[in-house]
Amino acid sequence: MDILRKIGVTSVAVAMSLAVSGLVSGVPQAEAFPDKPVNYIIPFGPGGESDITARHQQSFFKDKFGQDLVIAYKPGGGGAVGWSQLNGMIGDGYTMMGINLPHIVVKPLQKDVGFKTEDIIGVYMFHYTPDAVVVNADSDIKSLQDLIDYAKANPGKLTMSGSGKGTANHLAQVRFDKMADIKTTYVAFKGTGKAVAALLGDQVKAEWGYTSVGAKHEGKVRLLAVAMEERHPKFPDVPTFKELGFDLVSGAYRGIAVPKSTPEEVRVKLSEMIGEINADPEFRKRMENDGMALLDVGYKDLNAFVAEQAKAYEAAAREAGVIK
Amino acid sequence: MTGLDYLWQALTPFNLLLALAGVVAGTVIGSLPGLTATMAVAVLVPITFSMEPASALILMGAIYTGAIYGGAYSAILLNTPGTPSAIATTFDGYPMAKRGDGDLAITLACVSSVVGGLVGAAFLLGLAPPLAEVALAFGPVEYFWLAVFGLTLISALSDGNLLKGLIGACFGLLLACIGVAEISADIRFTFGSQVLLGGIETVSALIGLYCIPVMIDLVATPDRHLKVTTESKGFRLREALAVSWKSKFNLIRSSVIGTLVGILPGAGGSIAGLVAYSEARRSSKRSDSFGTGEPEGIQATESANNATVGGGFIPTLVLGIPGTPPDAVILGALLIQGVRTGPSLFTENGAIVYTFIYGLILATILMLPAGLIIGRYAYKSIITIPKALLVPTVAFMTMIGTYAIRNSISDVVIMIVLGVIGWFLNRFGFSPSPIVLGLILGRIAEQGFVQAWTIGAATEDLTGMFFGRPISLVIIAFTLVSLFYPLIRKRWSMKGGAVSAD
Repeated sequence: MDILRKIGVTSVAVAMSLAVSGLVSGVPQAEAFPDKPVNYIIPFGPGGESDITARHQQSFFKDKFGQDLVIAYKPGGGGAVGWSQLNGMIGDGYTMMGINLPHIVVKPLQKDVGFKTEDIIGVYMFHYTPDAVVVNADSDIKSLQDLIDYAKANPGKLTMSGSGKGTANHLAQVRFDKMADIKTTYVAFKGTGKAVAALLGDQVKAEWGYTSVGAKHEGKVRLLAVAMEERHPKFPDVPTFKELGFDLVSGAYRGIAVPKSTPEEVRVKLSEMIGEINADPEFRKRMENDGMALLDVGYKDLNAFVAEQAKAYEAAAREAGVIK
Repeated sequence: MTGLDYLWQALTPFNLLLALAGVVAGTVIGSLPGLTATMAVAVLVPITFSMEPASALILMGAIYTGAIYGGAYSAILLNTPGTPSAIATTFDGYPMAKRGDGDLAITLACVSSVVGGLVGAAFLLGLAPPLAEVALAFGPVEYFWLAVFGLTLISALSDGNLLKGLIGACFGLLLACIGVAEISADIRFTFGSQVLLGGIETVSALIGLYCIPVMIDLVATPDRHLKVTTESKGFRLREALAVSWKSKFNLIRSSVIGTLVGILPGAGGSIAGLVAYSEARRSSKRSDSFGTGEPEGIQATESANNATVGGGFIPTLVLGIPGTPPDAVILGALLIQGVRTGPSLFTENGAIVYTFIYGLILATILMLPAGLIIGRYAYKSIITIPKALLVPTVAFMTMIGTYAIRNSISDVVIMIVLGVIGWFLNRFGFSPSPIVLGLILGRIAEQGFVQAWTIGAATEDLTGMFFGRPISLVIIAFTLVSLFYPLIRKRWSMKGGAVSAD
C-alpha cells in the first residue's frame, strides 16, 4: 500500500516538474535536477555505519528535493569492489556512491584494486566518526594517562581491539603509540560491533573505537579521549587528544563521489544539495546524538582535503606494515 | 509473564496485518534462492521510517522469520538451500521429495519452524538480559574452537566417505581465503583479477554448488523431477503433527540449540542447523536412516534455524551488538528512529520491546496457516510444471538472485563456475556440503585464530589462551566426541554383533 502510494506521489511529482520545466523555457538543466529518484550506492553491506548515515540523509533528501534517494549495496573487498566500478557507471547525477577515508587512500596503495585515489571524484565529505579510546565503565584505567602508564609498565601487553586493519582505528593506534612512545597490541575485529563485544566481554583491555561507541553503549563504556579539534557536544566531559598534548585528529571520514563522466555543474549542484542537508539543524542533532561529528568539505576543497589526510594515513599505514 | 499488558498493544489490527503481510512476504522471498532475509529487511527500512518503532520491528521481525522458513522450500524441492541455515534441510528433505513425500516434508518444516520460532521468542521474552552475557563470554578463541567443531561435524555427516568429506572441506577452506582477508586486510589469491577481489560470496556458492548440478541432471535425464503421487493428500497436517509429537524432544532440543547458537554474533544459522542435525542423528533410534529422507532431520534443522531468530535478537536488543546480518539492518533502522538499544531498553522502553516480542510470537503463529498454504502451492507448482519450463525458470532465478546479493555480475560468473565444478565433483562422490562448510567456517576459524593468537602472544600465555578457558575446553571435548563418534559407534556395533552371535 505504502509503496503504491509512494509510486503514485512520485509519478505526480515527476509529471508536475516536467510540466513546469516545459512551461518555463530557458531554465538551465541543473535547476530541474533532480527530476527522478537518485541512486546512492553504499560499497558495504547493510547495517554498518556507512549505511546508517546514508539512511539519515535519505529522509532529508526526500523532504528537501522531492525525490527519493534509493540506497543500494555493493559490498566486497572492503569497499574496493564498488569503487573500482564507480567510473564505469552513468554520470548523469542520478548515480552516486559513498566514499570512506582512509579506505580510498590505503586500498590502492596495497595492491592494484582497480581504482586509484585520484580517480575518485568526490563531491562532498559530510561527516566523520572520530576515533576514541574506549574502556569498560568499571576498568581500572580511568584516564588516558593511566593507559599510557600501564602501557609503559607493561610494553606490548595492553591489548586493544579495533575494527579491521589499515582502518581509521588501526592507523590511529599506530600514530598514537608513536606520539606517546608506548607499545600496545592491536587486535583487529571484523567491524566495530565485534570489537566492542570483545571489550565488553573483557577479551581485551581497551578499544580503539569511535565516539559512536560511547553513544551506543552509554553507561557501559567510558571514553578516555576523542580525536577531534574540539570536544564532542554529546561528551562534554571527555577531553580531546589535543588538550592532552597529542596532535591526533582522525576518524572514519565519509563522503559522496560520482562517476567521472558527471558534468561539472551537476557535481557542484550535488555538492550544494548534500551541504544543504548537512546544514539542517534536525539532521545535525540526529547525527550528533549517534556520536558522529559533522564536516563540511565541498566539491572545490575536497581534493586538497583528501591529499592532506592521505599524507598522515600513508605514513601510518607504512609504519603498520599494511602497505609493503 | 513479563510485560503481559503489552500483549494487547501487539494485537492491534494494524500490527496483526503487518505480522501477516511480513510472514507471507518473507516466506515468498526466502523461497527464492539468492533472495535473503537481510535483503528483504533492508528493502523495507525506508517504509518503516513513518511507522511506530514497535510496528516497524514487528514488520521486520515477521519478514525475517518468514524468510528463514521459506528457505526450506528450495532446500526440499530443489536440493538448494536458499540460505546457509537450510543446508542440513537438504539432507533429508530432498530424498523425501524424491520419493513423493515432498508435501509432508514441507508441512513438517512448517510445524518445526513454528515450534523453533516460539521457543526462540520465549527465551527472548523471559531470559534476554542474562543470556546476552553468553554472547560476551565467547571470545575469539571460543569462536575458533566452535568453527573447528563445526568442521568436525563433516566427519559425522559423511559416513563411509570421510576422506572425500575432508577433501571437500579443504577445498572450501581454500575458497574462503580468496579476496580481501577479513582481519589482516591482505589481498589474497585474486591472481590480479578484480573479479575475485570481493571473495566468494557464501550464498552464491550455495546456489552454484547445490542448484546447478540439480539443473544439469534434470536436463541430462529423462525422468520427472520429483515422483508424483496420483491422489492429492491435502496438507498432511495430521500426519505431520503426529510425527512432530513423537519427536517432541528432538524439536525442543534443536530449538534450544538454535537459540543458544543464535545468541553468538557471527556464528549463524548454518552452525545451529548442523549442530542440531548431528545431535538429532546421534540420539535417534533411527540414526541409519538419516540422510535418506528421515523426518527427524528436517525437524531438527528447521526448528533450530527458526530459533536463531529469537536468539539473535537477544544480543541485538540487550547489547546493541547484532546477532545475525538481518539483525544488523534492524538495529540500524532502530537507531534512525532514535531508539537506543541496551539493557535499559527492556526497562525504560518496555512498550517497544515487549510489543515487538509479542508481535514476533504472533507472526510465528500466523506462519502456520500462511506457511502451509504457500508451501502447498510451491509444492504443487514444482511437481506439475513441465521440466522444459521448470529448468529455465529456476536457472533464470538463480542468476537474478545471485546478482542481487551484492549487485555484482562477478558473483554470477563465480556461481556458474562453482556449479560446474560441483557437478563434476558430484560424479566422483563429493557432496557440496563439506565444501560450503569449509567456506563458511574457514573465515570464522581464521578470524578467531588470528585474534586469539595476537592476544595470547601479547599476554604471553598462548597455551592458556587456547587450552585454558572453560568454555573452550567444553567445545574441544564436543569436537573430540564428534570426530571419533563414527569409530566409537563402529566399535559398539561390533560388540553388539559379537554378543548376538553368541
